[in-house]
Amino acid sequence: MSAACLDIRSLSAVLPNGQRVLRSVSLSVQPGEVRALVGESGAGKTMIGKAVLGVLPSSVRIVEGDMLLEGEDLGQLQPKARRTLIGARTALIPQDPLTALNPSRRIGPQMTDRLVRILGWSGERADKRIRQLLDEVQIRDPERVLKSYPHELSGGMRQRVLIAAAFAAEPRLIVADEPTTALDVTVQKQILRLIAQLQRDHGTAILFVTHDLGVVAKISQKVSVLYAGKVVEEADTADLFAAPQHPYTRALMAATPRYTDPLASLKPVDEAVLAGLAAEIATADQAWRQRHG
Amino acid sequence: MDEARIARRGVGPRLWLAGGWLLLALLAAIFAPLIAPQDPLAQDLMLERLPPFWLDGTEPGYWLGTDSLGRDLLSRLIFGGRIAFIVAFAAALAACLVGSALGLIAGYFGGWADRIISRVVDIWMAFPPVLFAILLVAVLGTGLSSVIIAIAVIDWTRFCRVIRAEAMGQSRMDYVENARIAGYGRIGIMLREVLPNVVPSIVALLSLEMGIAVIVEAILSFVNLSISTDDPTWGGIIAEGRLSIHQAWWVLVFPLITLILTVLSFSQFGEALKARFDPVLR
Ligand SMILES: Nc1ncnc2c1ncn2[C@@H]1O[C@H](COP(=O)(O)OP(=O)(O)OP(=O)(O)O)[C@@H](O)[C@H]1O
Ligand SMILES: [Mg+2]
Repeated sequence: MSAACLDIRSLSAVLPNGQRVLRSVSLSVQPGEVRALVGESGAGKTMIGKAVLGVLPSSVRIVEGDMLLEGEDLGQLQPKARRTLIGARTALIPQDPLTALNPSRRIGPQMTDRLVRILGWSGERADKRIRQLLDEVQIRDPERVLKSYPHELSGGMRQRVLIAAAFAAEPRLIVADEPTTALDVTVQKQILRLIAQLQRDHGTAILFVTHDLGVVAKISQKVSVLYAGKVVEEADTADLFAAPQHPYTRALMAATPRYTDPLASLKPVDEAVLAGLAAEIATADQAWRQRHG
Repeated sequence: MDEARIARRGVGPRLWLAGGWLLLALLAAIFAPLIAPQDPLAQDLMLERLPPFWLDGTEPGYWLGTDSLGRDLLSRLIFGGRIAFIVAFAAALAACLVGSALGLIAGYFGGWADRIISRVVDIWMAFPPVLFAILLVAVLGTGLSSVIIAIAVIDWTRFCRVIRAEAMGQSRMDYVENARIAGYGRIGIMLREVLPNVVPSIVALLSLEMGIAVIVEAILSFVNLSISTDDPTWGGIIAEGRLSIHQAWWVLVFPLITLILTVLSFSQFGEALKARFDPVLR
């Protein structure tokens, strides 16, 4: 078997007060595959993405586990080599397309800069590449967009720009952190479709962070369900929807609103389920403490 | 967006009025020997305390009147502008360079760099600024360069505080994280990504600081701690005017107006420039 695109093995991270935010997380993304990472707010989805991309907040410390990017152990690399590897093989499609673009620089230079400066492309080649990508994300007036400042574009346009930028350097892995949450409902679907389209065309693996099971069903082949920094279930997407194993997954599914009757099905996760989860996490923490003194 | 539009509408006249006055004053100062109607140092007891041109008992060529030694007020104001502008530019630029650089480093890198720099700023700001300036000049000795050094040494903290806060805010934005993921080095990100976003504030502060430098220089002249007493300075003229306020109010009023106009113009000009520079407000 060839190496996984991303392989996270038993990753734990703690806050300064000793609290674990990631609890022995294991997950892998195969080349060209989309793995969804679902969980409610605060579950640690963003934290996992940041860990992979090497931008964890300084207060968060990794205390255990390995992360392998195309077979290379990130923990074994010198910081500089790690940065270079991450820069060359990964990209991020962020949640908020406004703050993810530099407000004082025009889109064009902002997009080509990375190709030229980091990857050493010629300006001409970078320019051509960017235009090609803008076409792929269905931006019809690239001239105007390239000359614009971020605030002159709509949220949907900005996210298209960021998607184009993410795919431009042909990364092997893209982390998409709730890429549609900050957008208008009407735009969300288009953006989701675009990401799926480019993912297929480029064969890029994606770690797709979301709290929306509807999105999971549409875009992913694999799912990991996260609760309080712990993977409580992982499965093929089809299997998960057909037969969710963990009570928490079932509760999440029941809580997901349906178009037919949005409010009726929107119910909080059951007390008993939460109690079960708390016990599960307590046991895991106990075992972890024993291992780590 | 609405706010931005309102801000922009205000930019036009504000920028032109403030900029116009500054340009006028600057040109007058540069070309003082050509423009000034009289020798600013020439005393003539026959001409003492001449009133400004619209009052009775004036002499032609003495537009704003004369002081108690018979020296032409307008010429003294024009020559005084030379020292005011030299001090304004040199001191503000020095304060700006030091303060902005340290503020950018503290705000972007955070951690111990920020702790050290912020601590120094706190200690610095515990001194009352004018007292600090007087003390410094007393130690350094009077003279143009001591005044410039004193102002820069005191006021770099103003830049440091503001730019630190702004750089810190910018550093938390996702675009900085994105640049980090892409593989840019820390210093490169600070200079290429963060710095352009704080430039509008640096420009505004720089202009404001020039105004402040003019005031501080005037205060130092006023207490006779600035440049050699022969060269006219705005503060020096104000100090003299205060003594003869009852016989010749103009000797006090005109330099005060000049000073206030200049200081206000610097701050307004800075604000307007900032709005112009800022792509989000533009
Ligand atoms: N900078 C930080 N320092 C310390 N703790 C943090 C920091 N950022 C987040 N946390 C904590 O880490 C946990 C995981 O946060 P994370 O942002 O990964 O959640 P998430 O699953 O992405 O949630 P959301 O759906 O709201 O984005 C939360 O309990 C949060 O309070
Ligand atoms: Mg998140």
